[in-house]
Amino acid sequence: MSATADPRSAREHARAQGGTRVETMPILPPVADDLPEGVTPADLVWEETVAPGGYISRRLARGTRLRLIDKGGDACASLNIFNAEMPTERLNVADTVKIQWNAYLGAGKLLLSDMGRVLVSILEDGAGTHDTFCGVSNVASNRRKYGEGRNSGAYPNGRDRLILGAAKHGLTRRDVHPAVNLFKGTRIEADGSITPMVGPFTPGREVLLRAEMEVIVVIANCPHVLDPRPEYASTPLRLTAWCGPLTAQDDPLRIATPEGLRAYLNTEDNYRR
Amino acid sequence: MSSDPALSGLTGSIIHDEIVPARAPWLHHVRKGEVLRIVDLEGNQAVDFLIYSAADDAERYSAQDTVAAQGNLFLRTGTVLLSNEGNPMMTIVASAVEYHDTIGGACSCESNTLRYGHHTRHQHACVDNFLEANLTEGRGKRDIVSNINFFMNVPVEDDGTLGIVDGISAPGLTVDLRAEMDVIVVVSNCPQINNPCNGFNPTPVRMIVAAA
Repeated sequence: MSATADPRSAREHARAQGGTRVETMPILPPVADDLPEGVTPADLVWEETVAPGGYISRRLARGTRLRLIDKGGDACASLNIFNAEMPTERLNVADTVKIQWNAYLGAGKLLLSDMGRVLVSILEDGAGTHDTFCGVSNVASNRRKYGEGRNSGAYPNGRDRLILGAAKHGLTRRDVHPAVNLFKGTRIEADGSITPMVGPFTPGREVLLRAEMEVIVVIANCPHVLDPRPEYASTPLRLTAWCGPLTAQDDPLRIATPEGLRAYLNTEDNYRR
Repeated sequence: MSSDPALSGLTGSIIHDEIVPARAPWLHHVRKGEVLRIVDLEGNQAVDFLIYSAADDAERYSAQDTVAAQGNLFLRTGTVLLSNEGNPMMTIVASAVEYHDTIGGACSCESNTLRYGHHTRHQHACVDNFLEANLTEGRGKRDIVSNINFFMNVPVEDDGTLGIVDGISAPGLTVDLRAEMDVIVVVSNCPQINNPCNGFNPTPVRMIVAAA
């Protein structure tokens, strides 16, 4: 007799699975035993570990801190970011590097929208290897490298992961935009050539972000598109978020550059209602 | 046989030939195999350039896919311009300028306020041109993604410092693009007057399409 031959036994079978703990899952309500000093458990809003090749999307309130941890040394957090109140406004990678006059991301850098506002700022960076140029893999590039690239296969590609994450917020293929990659990096040589810096790295590197607007973040955790290894090298990505104060007028990131200050002025103006 | 030097080297018959005024948008359908030549008539005029698949305009040019695939930021003769799904859209089959930019994005009223100050908010900008042209075919703001800047120069220094600097084009120089699929080309003949991308003086460009 099968354990799932009738609805009642199927229900028992299903319910018996509850409470299972795996490494890559959300924790509800969120619990984290390694919050920074000054952050209380009551501040915690999100604790989740994204699977290798996985994705997640979530709305974050203005002021939220989002900590990303590369648990195994081969996470690659590819980010799309939208203004949650008006998702036609989204991360603009070209404006991000052009307006800050620099190609590389790190502590103090701002992730800018296509409306001249700050979506997210980078408060702390324990990694130093990030990428604004190469974006994500797609089904064609994964098929070339791994023989397969579909969402439903063993080697999902970054673009299709971002599409699913965006779709959970009502967005479509048209809305998936150029991404930034955290933890996997690139360097640009004098002749314009791109040198990938894809590890594997020391496990446990962290990046801390601050939401400067009401945002939807979509994160794919797939191998960097220029990762030369033949195997699908991807390890879990831990995400922890807690609420925090809005950026103060004298915040060092806000006043660091004239371009950044004007981006904050535009952002603050958006909430002047 | 035409004596117009701007047509030299084009083998197919000329099926379209148009001057895009300074600061103006332009939209044109280019079929697979046709060659689009852009003529930088007066020199160092940035031509901001988007490509959509005519069959499915959710598939469009992707700067990131293009530079990742060739392992280099600069667009040169031979560069295959890839879509966000990794498919060849157009190929740069000839370029009289050594390289072109695709990391500098397009100027907008909003980004101008960051780069130069709020006094520039009401100046012309490329994103407005992209919007105006795309709206005629039902595309909107969400469809404006990464672009190419023909005849624009954006070097990246060792510490990552980058910026739009003086151009390396000259009057009459051209770039030729062969369509690898049926595409919709959307152009902003860049109106920027606050940086050297147009030599601080926007000028007309000429668009010539030769048959396959």
